[in-house]
Amino acid sequence: MFDNLRAKALLRSRFIARSAATGLALLIAAGSAAADTTIKWMHLEIDPNYLAVWQKIVGKYEAEHPGVKVEMQFLENEAFKAKLPTLLQSSDAPDLFYSWGGGVLKQQLATGALLDLSEAMNAKDGAWVKSYNPASVKGLSYDGKIGAVPYSVGTVSFFYNKALFAKAGVDATTIKTWDDFLAAVKKIKDAGIVPIAGGGGEKWPIHFYWSYLVMRDGGQKVFDAAKNGQGEGFKDPSIIKAGEQLAELGKLEPFQPGYLGATWPQTLGVFGDGKAAMILGFQNTEANQRTNAGDKKGLSGDNIGRFAFPAVAGGAGAVTDTLGGLNGWAVTKKAPPETLDFLAYLTNAENERAMAKAGMIIPVAVGAEDGVTNPLLHESAEQLAHSTWHQNFFDQDLGPSVGRVVNDVSVAIVSGQMSSEDGAQQIQDAFEQDQF
Amino acid sequence: MANVSAATAVRPLRVPATASARRKHPAVSGRLPVLLLFLPPALLLFSVFVILPMGEAAWYSLYKWDGYGLPTQYVGMRNFELLFKNGAFLTALKNNAMIMIISIIIQIPLAIWLAMMLAHRIAGVVLFRLIFFLPYVLADVAAGLIWRFVYDGDYGLFASIAHLLGVETPYVLADKDLAMYAVLGVIVWKYFGFHMMLFIAGLQSLDKSVLEAAEIDGASGWQRFRYITLPLLGSTVRLSVFFAVVGSLQLFDLIMPLTGGGPFNATQTMVTFLFNFGVARMQVGLGSAVGVVLFLICVTLAFGYKRIFMRHD
Repeated sequence: MFDNLRAKALLRSRFIARSAATGLALLIAAGSAAADTTIKWMHLEIDPNYLAVWQKIVGKYEAEHPGVKVEMQFLENEAFKAKLPTLLQSSDAPDLFYSWGGGVLKQQLATGALLDLSEAMNAKDGAWVKSYNPASVKGLSYDGKIGAVPYSVGTVSFFYNKALFAKAGVDATTIKTWDDFLAAVKKIKDAGIVPIAGGGGEKWPIHFYWSYLVMRDGGQKVFDAAKNGQGEGFKDPSIIKAGEQLAELGKLEPFQPGYLGATWPQTLGVFGDGKAAMILGFQNTEANQRTNAGDKKGLSGDNIGRFAFPAVAGGAGAVTDTLGGLNGWAVTKKAPPETLDFLAYLTNAENERAMAKAGMIIPVAVGAEDGVTNPLLHESAEQLAHSTWHQNFFDQDLGPSVGRVVNDVSVAIVSGQMSSEDGAQQIQDAFEQDQF
Repeated sequence: MANVSAATAVRPLRVPATASARRKHPAVSGRLPVLLLFLPPALLLFSVFVILPMGEAAWYSLYKWDGYGLPTQYVGMRNFELLFKNGAFLTALKNNAMIMIISIIIQIPLAIWLAMMLAHRIAGVVLFRLIFFLPYVLADVAAGLIWRFVYDGDYGLFASIAHLLGVETPYVLADKDLAMYAVLGVIVWKYFGFHMMLFIAGLQSLDKSVLEAAEIDGASGWQRFRYITLPLLGSTVRLSVFFAVVGSLQLFDLIMPLTGGGPFNATQTMVTFLFNFGVARMQVGLGSAVGVVLFLICVTLAFGYKRIFMRHD
């Protein structure tokens, strides 16, 4: 018995010693690297068709550059936003990752976690930088530093189900102003059809409405002033008016039942299943609704129409002002030099054209525009080409904390939980707290 | 690294050593080599993974910091002020209290009642125990997702039931007045099995002869339960309540897939608030302040409870 105990104690101490040794070994090994170069590419893409296009590009690149491996790492959208600050400071940081630009990228750049790409992109007479449309480079630059390699540009607009519009007797081409839009919503609802698919669960799909109304009512001057803490900030009368118009829309109860709990994929599914007549979505809504529809087929392309977010009568903004994304790939400080070469390859005209052909993106590489063959994507691209003011998503542009408040407030206003005044006040408070 | 561990290893060790020297306790002095050998790893792990993060959180909570680089902007107690002005945080506190109360007044009696039925060796008892215990075995995230589907107003179980009854489908998770009750229901469903198992174990360790004596003396079933079983189960009840209290304070992974704290922050708990407002919005200072408040509440409740109710257990 006693011997047995002793033996057990001995074994245990051995086990502890061994564990300690392994632990130390792990700590030491964490710093070593493989002989070949691995480029860690972090993305948020879930659409299998899109991933296949990327895989092909990666396969080609690896074949042309023996010794370089591109490792694709996926993180879900919300998890990505939450984990990134920690990731960027760890030894596990990705070499390149997806960015929406705006205040978040600016913040990351200011911390020194990212590589300033100006030098590399402007080298050799700026051959690399010149391969993108200049506005996209400018949109991703802060204080003269380029924060990300441009990848794609997009715009948010209304997509509608032609069959349902016909059934309700609404002609989309006559929707020019916000009042026309409200009238259309009423008419569709009277026909017993859900007018709009809304994603109140994730909130940002609803913030498109508030953002666009602010743009249409206040225009660039008012928004830029608010963003820079000038004048009346977010309590400008035109911004409050925008909120009131959003509340008006909410009073009509235009969304599918239970929209306050709906995620974005579910919302796309509602539209794709033909259960709602409209959706305010991204340029690639057609592809997205197909992926998320119950039968995976969704609406056929020729059953979907598109129109720009309507103007507001008497508003300072123009109907040609666009809200949308400008996406790029940011590079971390510790990334191997091959990362830049791969990025230049990924976003060259040929590859961007291929991605555009697949309906994934509106390209920013010069000469890739002809890849946009899908008619709906082409319409969005056309609108962008003639944009009089392209504004990044508010929730990205205003930085993470104010941006989330904008999302919260948008949902609260449209659902009648909060007055437009209180909403504007909350955003202003968050803004001032952020400046503090 | 080596110097650090040596330093931390030596300093705390002196405490037991001097204490043993003072008391001249032969057993302890004989244990000294064992202490010297076994204490450092545990101490090191504990300080690196428990003490240090707590200290860091306390430090960060005094700064306005986005999580990048090092915190430089000292704001004193401002994060705590902001916190107690924040409606969502107050809702979170209220929800935590509600979860605690529901756990104690619904979940535990339910668990005791089921345990009373399942503590005896009758046919099929193991199967029933297993069925009731299953929800607890399930990962919290999975349970949250499953219930999200159950409550779904378009395709969920609730939708089908409403359809059968011919009433309008309630979208419980999208309704700010109902969502928290829906969450509470899931919490009870998920954890009652664990408490039931505690009580089954407690009941099986009871002295049968006392109950038999009471039965011979003509005590009714209720009297036997009220005056014998329940008092004898006291320590188990106290333990169960303790678990319910601490568990409800830490509730996070069940709520995230279910509602994410929404709609309108109606279902935030302190930890989901910490994540949604601290981590996701890159206000690490504010998030740390939540952590500090949570820690203080936990410590106060845990130690206070232990001191008051569990002295003799």
